[in-house]
Amino acid sequence: MTLIDTVERAEKTPDDEQPYRELGLKDDEYARIRDILGRRPTTAELAMYSVMWSEHCSYKSSKVHLRTFGDLPPSDALLVGIGENAGVVDVGDGYAVTFKVESHNHPSYVEPYQGAATGVGGIVRDILTMGARPIAVMDSLRFGRADAPDTARVLPGVVAGVGGYGNCLGLPNIGGELLFDECYAGNPLVNALCVGVMKHEDVRLAKAEGVGNKVILFGARTGGDGIGGVSVLASETFDAEGPAKRPSVQVGDPFTEKLLIEACLEIFAQDLVTGIQDLGGAGLSCATSELASAGTGGMHVDLDTVPLRDSTLTPAEILMSESQERMCAIVEPGKVEQFLAVCRKWDVLATVIGEVTEGDRLTVDWHGERIVDVPPRTVAHEGPVYERPMARPADLDALQDDDAARLPRPTTPEELQAHWLAVVSSPDGADKTWVTEQYDRYVRGNTVLAQPEDAGVVRIDEDSHRGIALALDGNARYARLDPYTGAQLNLAEAYRNVAVSGAKPLAVTNCLNFGSPEEPEVMWQFAEAVRGLADGCRELGLPVTGGNVSLYNQTGDVAINPTPVIGVLGVHEDVRRRVPSGWRAEGETVLLFGHTGEEFGGSAWASVVHGHLGGRPPAVDLTAERKLGELLAALGREGLVTSAHDVADGGLAQTLTESALRHGVGARIALTGDPFTALFSESAARAVITTTDPGGVKTTAQWAGVPVTELGTTGGDALAVDGLPELPLAELRAVWSATLPALFGGPEHSTPLTVPAGTVPTS
Amino acid sequence: MRIGIITFPGSLDDVDAARAVRLAGGEPVALWHAEHDLKDVDAVVLPGGFSYGDYLRAGAIAARAPLMQDVVERAKQGLPVLGICNGFQVLCEAGLLPGALTRNSHLHFRNRDQVLVVERADTAWTHAYADGQRIVIPVKNGEGRYVAADADLDRLEGENRVVFRYADGNPNGSSRDIAGVTSEDGRVVGLMPHPEHAVEDLTGPSTDGLGFFTSVLKAVVAA
Repeated sequence: MTLIDTVERAEKTPDDEQPYRELGLKDDEYARIRDILGRRPTTAELAMYSVMWSEHCSYKSSKVHLRTFGDLPPSDALLVGIGENAGVVDVGDGYAVTFKVESHNHPSYVEPYQGAATGVGGIVRDILTMGARPIAVMDSLRFGRADAPDTARVLPGVVAGVGGYGNCLGLPNIGGELLFDECYAGNPLVNALCVGVMKHEDVRLAKAEGVGNKVILFGARTGGDGIGGVSVLASETFDAEGPAKRPSVQVGDPFTEKLLIEACLEIFAQDLVTGIQDLGGAGLSCATSELASAGTGGMHVDLDTVPLRDSTLTPAEILMSESQERMCAIVEPGKVEQFLAVCRKWDVLATVIGEVTEGDRLTVDWHGERIVDVPPRTVAHEGPVYERPMARPADLDALQDDDAARLPRPTTPEELQAHWLAVVSSPDGADKTWVTEQYDRYVRGNTVLAQPEDAGVVRIDEDSHRGIALALDGNARYARLDPYTGAQLNLAEAYRNVAVSGAKPLAVTNCLNFGSPEEPEVMWQFAEAVRGLADGCRELGLPVTGGNVSLYNQTGDVAINPTPVIGVLGVHEDVRRRVPSGWRAEGETVLLFGHTGEEFGGSAWASVVHGHLGGRPPAVDLTAERKLGELLAALGREGLVTSAHDVADGGLAQTLTESALRHGVGARIALTGDPFTALFSESAARAVITTTDPGGVKTTAQWAGVPVTELGTTGGDALAVDGLPELPLAELRAVWSATLPALFGGPEHSTPLTVPAGTVPTS
Repeated sequence: MRIGIITFPGSLDDVDAARAVRLAGGEPVALWHAEHDLKDVDAVVLPGGFSYGDYLRAGAIAARAPLMQDVVERAKQGLPVLGICNGFQVLCEAGLLPGALTRNSHLHFRNRDQVLVVERADTAWTHAYADGQRIVIPVKNGEGRYVAADADLDRLEGENRVVFRYADGNPNGSSRDIAGVTSEDGRVVGLMPHPEHAVEDLTGPSTDGLGFFTSVLKAVVAA
């Protein structure tokens, strides 16, 4: 018989040793919990505080910096801001859009398929919780060197997991990123984005209000998966036969999540909830304490009523379990029957587990005994906040002085072309079809643009043709050289990627992946990136709607390069006027917008050809980005351009390659100035467009204050650049598309193809 | 003209099929797997998706849904039925179409724009095409490899039951490049690729898929 640690027992045994350090709590944090409660915490309470005060849930190291985003000038477009599950933006015609990126980095390294799959599942529930129908997903992925053995273990599993979950859920994957760098060898990054749409009046919030309202847990049963440090507590029980240590990576079931989505949307449509919260990190601990904390404060839960997958779970484990596909709703007593009926229709298990109470305590009972009695705000919202020490990395001056402009450059036309092919066939520059083919981009029938386009574009209204555009960008080389500028460059690139599709950028989200906050140099990088992003958003007039922070991405002393992944959402008044990235027709004029300087610091060329990272990243000019964005939107609206593609990593060489190979249309190109700089510089605020009306475009560009350079004319089956050997598209495509299949692709036919007679029914 | 679209738990492309019916000029009617009610529809579409999460075998559980008993009974009397992707798997599991769909030979989910050759333009769902016509519609599946014993494949080909074959590359290792097959009377058709995703220039690789839905509207009038 297991002895349950009740509140009563905790009061009587103040000196019992508790394994708070093993649960990740510091001495002073544990002392603070004792101070809050006026006694030692029970085992269940200790478990709750330990997960909710973890870096992942409490943002204790990042909070002081993230507050900057809240200080940005108010935006008319922002309906719900930071602090809720996801921010909500007004996109016109009464529609609201909610979008968010979240990391699932550590689980994906341990168990790539399930880690990535549940990363998608978690972010989809965040979006659903806001009252929205999820309409698309994206993913931003980082791995160690592409040819490293461990990358061959992690990458295929992650890609299959992102696809397996999203495909089964019926959400189109509309874009993302896939980049490689040694620094991610022990710390791959899996950042998943979901976007959802609703009407303004349908926005839901996570709060428990109305004394007597019922707390309903619905979705999957609670099992022992996803219990991390809490398994330490199992050793505290007196039961020698107690539960074994449990796997701490969650297992996903997208089928259950699909049913959960449909049931939730029907519940929202019938107006059956007063508050709702998904169960993600920290499970029931998080959902109950956050709902109560955001509401009037009182809630009681009978833990015995929680449907279990494993009857041996201890109460602390039930509170901590991160079993997937679960939601928690606050429902008026008169609506409970109707709520349960909708769940029955969709075969979704739903159970009343408690109710909203008077007062401001969250109480939890187990077998009739009180095991939790806490002020919920102290669990959910008043966790520790740290001002961690910061220090500029000691190696940064040397790194910045190691200017990439001094690297040996190609001297002959043949060398230039060889470098071109090396850049575009490198794992970062190569065709990503091997990955994106594993994702459904068509489901729901509203995908207007998807990968490999610069932005994903989704129609949200079939009658008005209104739609949205989304892009995710996170160059970490730039951020390593200068995190302030790097974050701004990523913001600028995502902004530009949305703009080239013809959309008007509207709002920003982010996923900030960094090393350990306990390292002053990492903390400095983090603070600089946040400051850069906030300043950039202020200059572009965009609100930050929310975000996610992933710290401790480091192995031993070696942190990943700072990787602020920035998402920008834009709106299309009419998606029929969207601008695609590829060249389709012959005889069109190719123009380059923007100014090209000698900027090679952190460039793909320096990395691929010389294995070099040093110097300064390209300069940021957000005024120029804004002018370019406005010009592209105007040209899209007027129908003056036939294609537009941004220039970023890999420079013009990468852009020309992708534009030509998209539909197999070549071009004759004349470069102005030094051809090396023209091809490989990564100056920002640039895009390549095609048009049948170069005069009209040049006039408009002049009016917009954007420099224009004529590059040439589309046509033929080669990229013929003056002064370089002609590059047949077939040859270019062969090297560009061979890289990822050669690294990760298996044989087309893995099993023999004979079917014995009589084993397959025929009629 | 009322075209029913069945939603099973885990159906995903039901909204797409409804849109395709509407764009073709028909009236889409939502049908629920758990009800014995075909709502007087003139034809039925089993949409793509992952009914019951592909548990047991893809399509196996949905094939035993209450409404499927009505579909099987009416199909035997000539009700036009189209199974797309998971719907095709359901039709095979329900015994309305021959063969089985197994894991793709390369073991990955694969989504690409696929060239198909129309082998039969005289079924209820393919009148709008010409024999030998090449069409481009998306394919997207993880378990789309059509298999049957060689003798059965010989017989099916002999009976001219293959409606579509993959061209310019076989995306999943299907036997003899078979993408879709039909019943003896040509009223029931199943295929892995997704015609409902090729009905608008804005969102599809072509509008080649629309012909499925205009075909059945004419077939129903003729019947």
